[in-house]
Amino acid sequence: MSNVVRTRCALALGFALAVSLPSSALADRVLLNVSYDPTRELYRDVNAAFQESWKAKTGESVTIRMSHGGSGKQARSVIDGLAADVVTLALEADIDAIAKASGKIPAGWRSRLPKNSSPYVSTIVFLVRKGNPKGIHDWGDLVKDGIEVITPNPKTSGGARWNYLAAWAWAEGAFGGDGQKVRQYVAELFRHVPILDTGARGSTTTFAQRGLGDVLLAWENEAFLALAEFGEDRFEIVVPSVSVRAEPPVALVDGNVDANGTRDLAEAYLAFLYSPEAQKLVAHHYYRPTDPAAADPDDLKRFPDVKLVPIDDPLFGGWAKAQPMHFGDGGTFDQLYRPAN
Amino acid sequence: MTSALGLPLRRPSVLPGFGLALGFTLVYLGLVVLVPLAALVLKTAGLGWAGFWALATDPRTLSALRLSFGTALAAAAINLVFGLLVAWVLVRYDFPGRRLVDAMIDLPFALPTAVAGIALASLYAPNGPIGALAAMAGLRIAFTPLGIVVALTFVSLPFVVRTIQPVLEEIDRELEEAAATLGAGRLATLRRVILPTLVPAMLTGFALALARAVGEYGSVIFIAGNIPYVSEIAPLLIVIRLEEFHYQAATALACDMLAVSFALLLAINLVQAWSRGRFGHV
Repeated sequence: MSNVVRTRCALALGFALAVSLPSSALADRVLLNVSYDPTRELYRDVNAAFQESWKAKTGESVTIRMSHGGSGKQARSVIDGLAADVVTLALEADIDAIAKASGKIPAGWRSRLPKNSSPYVSTIVFLVRKGNPKGIHDWGDLVKDGIEVITPNPKTSGGARWNYLAAWAWAEGAFGGDGQKVRQYVAELFRHVPILDTGARGSTTTFAQRGLGDVLLAWENEAFLALAEFGEDRFEIVVPSVSVRAEPPVALVDGNVDANGTRDLAEAYLAFLYSPEAQKLVAHHYYRPTDPAAADPDDLKRFPDVKLVPIDDPLFGGWAKAQPMHFGDGGTFDQLYRPAN
Repeated sequence: MTSALGLPLRRPSVLPGFGLALGFTLVYLGLVVLVPLAALVLKTAGLGWAGFWALATDPRTLSALRLSFGTALAAAAINLVFGLLVAWVLVRYDFPGRRLVDAMIDLPFALPTAVAGIALASLYAPNGPIGALAAMAGLRIAFTPLGIVVALTFVSLPFVVRTIQPVLEEIDRELEEAAATLGAGRLATLRRVILPTLVPAMLTGFALALARAVGEYGSVIFIAGNIPYVSEIAPLLIVIRLEEFHYQAATALACDMLAVSFALLLAINLVQAWSRGRFGHV
C-alpha cells in the first residue's frame, strides 16, 4: 500500500472513530507486539501491567495488540510489511533476518538492551510419561533401542532448533569434541524421531494426546504448561545434565515506530520487560527471569539447577554462525537425512 | 470481427457484447491467474538456469515431488472408483436419508483442512479407534505415506462425486432398456452404454481431485509425520524453504510442481478430447 493510500485510509478510519467513539478513546495510541507462539499467556499479563504503569506515569491510556505465530513466520510478516512496533521472537536469527531483509532494525540491535536483549531466558528439558518407565535421564538415553523421541522440525520451529543445539552441546561434552561422533549421535537421535511436527505445540499434542513417543523435547515453559494442562499424574519432567540457555530476544523496529509515532511508547514497553514487576510475571509463567531477585522465590524454586550452554559459547559461535551451519540449506541438519547416512 | 484469413472468429449470437465479455475475461484471468504465476516465474528466474536445475533436481526435492504426486494420484484413483459408486447410489436409488447423505458429500469442501487433518490423525493414530485396529493387523496408517493418502482421499472426494452426479442424472434410462431388449447383458450395458457416457465426467473429476490433492497442505501435515525423504510432501518443503528465508528455492519448487501439474492436466485434457471423439460429445 502506498503512503498516500495509507494516509487516506488512516484519515477515513480516524474520522469514523471520531464520529463513533467518545473523545477520550481518540487519544489511544496503539502498540503492536509481534511475538512467537508460547508467549500468549505471558504477554496477556505483562501488557495489562504495562498499561497500568504507563497510565500512572503519563496519564495516557494505550492499546497493545499482539500477534502470535511461529517465530520464522512472524519475522517474514514483518519483512513483508506488518507494522510491528516491537518484535519479541524465539530466535536471534529471526530478528537478524528482519534487520538484513528490511533494514528497519539496525544491525547492532542486540547490544541496545541489557542481557543481549533477552529479558527472559528458558531452556530445553525432557517430558516423559509418569514414573519414567523407559528410564530416561540424560541425552545418551535417547538413542537406546526402542526409544521414540518427539521433537518438532528444526526447519520450521524455533524451539526445535534449541532442542537440536542442546543435544549437540551434550554430545560435544560427552565425546570430547570428536566432531564425527557428535554428528553420529545427532543423526542417531533423529533416527529415533518418528514424527516431525511443524511447531512446538503440535509436538506436545502428538506426545500428550496421541500417546506417541517415550520422551518429548520441549521448552521448559511448555513442559510446565503441559503438566498443568494434562495433569501431573500422567507426565513428569526430566532435566538432562546439560542443556542450552535459550535467549528469546526482543527488539524495537525503528523503521516502524518512527512512521507510527510510537517510539517513546515502544522504548518504555521494552524497558518495562526488565522491570521487577514484569520479571515477577516472567517467572510466574515458567520463563527464567534475567533478574531473579525480583521474582517470587516460590516460582524460582520450580526451576531445576542445570548447566546451560549459551549460544555465544565457542561451541556454537553465536547465531550468525550457528544458523547457517546447522539449519541453513545443506547444513548439518539436512545432512542427517541424506540417504547416504 | 474477422481474422487475417477472413475467417469469422465468432458466430452471430442473439446476445450482444462479445468484445466486452472477451475483454473482461482476459483482464480477469490476467489479474487473478497470470500475474501471480508470472511473479512466481520471475522470482525463480533470479536463480539462473544452473541454480534452478540444481534445486529442481535435488534428491530431497525429487522425493518430495514423487511423494506428493504419487499419493495424490492414488487418492484420485481411489475416489474415481468409490466416488463413481457414491454418485451412482445417490442418483439411481431412493432411500431414507438420501438428501442427508447427499449434503454430507460437500463437508470436506467446507471443513477447514486443519480440522480435517487433526480429526483424521486422532482416528488413525496408533491409540485412535481405527489406528488401534490397524495396529493389530500390523499396519501403521497415521504418520506414514498411507496416512497422506487417507487425508487426500478425504479432501478430494467431493470433486469426483459432484462432477459425475449431474451427468449420471442426464443419462436416459431408455438407453439401458434398449440395450437390454437388444440382448446386452448387465456387464455389456455397463461397459458399452453407461461408462462411455461417463468417461469425460470421470476424467474431469479425476483431474480436479488430483489438482486439489497435489496442493493440499493443511490436513496433510497433521497426519504425515513429515520425515524428510519418507513422508515430507512438496508443499511442506516449500514452507521449509520459506522458513530458511530462501524465497528462490521455494519458488523453484513451486515452479516444478506447477510444471508437473500442468503436464498432468494437459494429458488428462487430451485423453478427454480423444474420448469425446470416440464416444461422442456428452
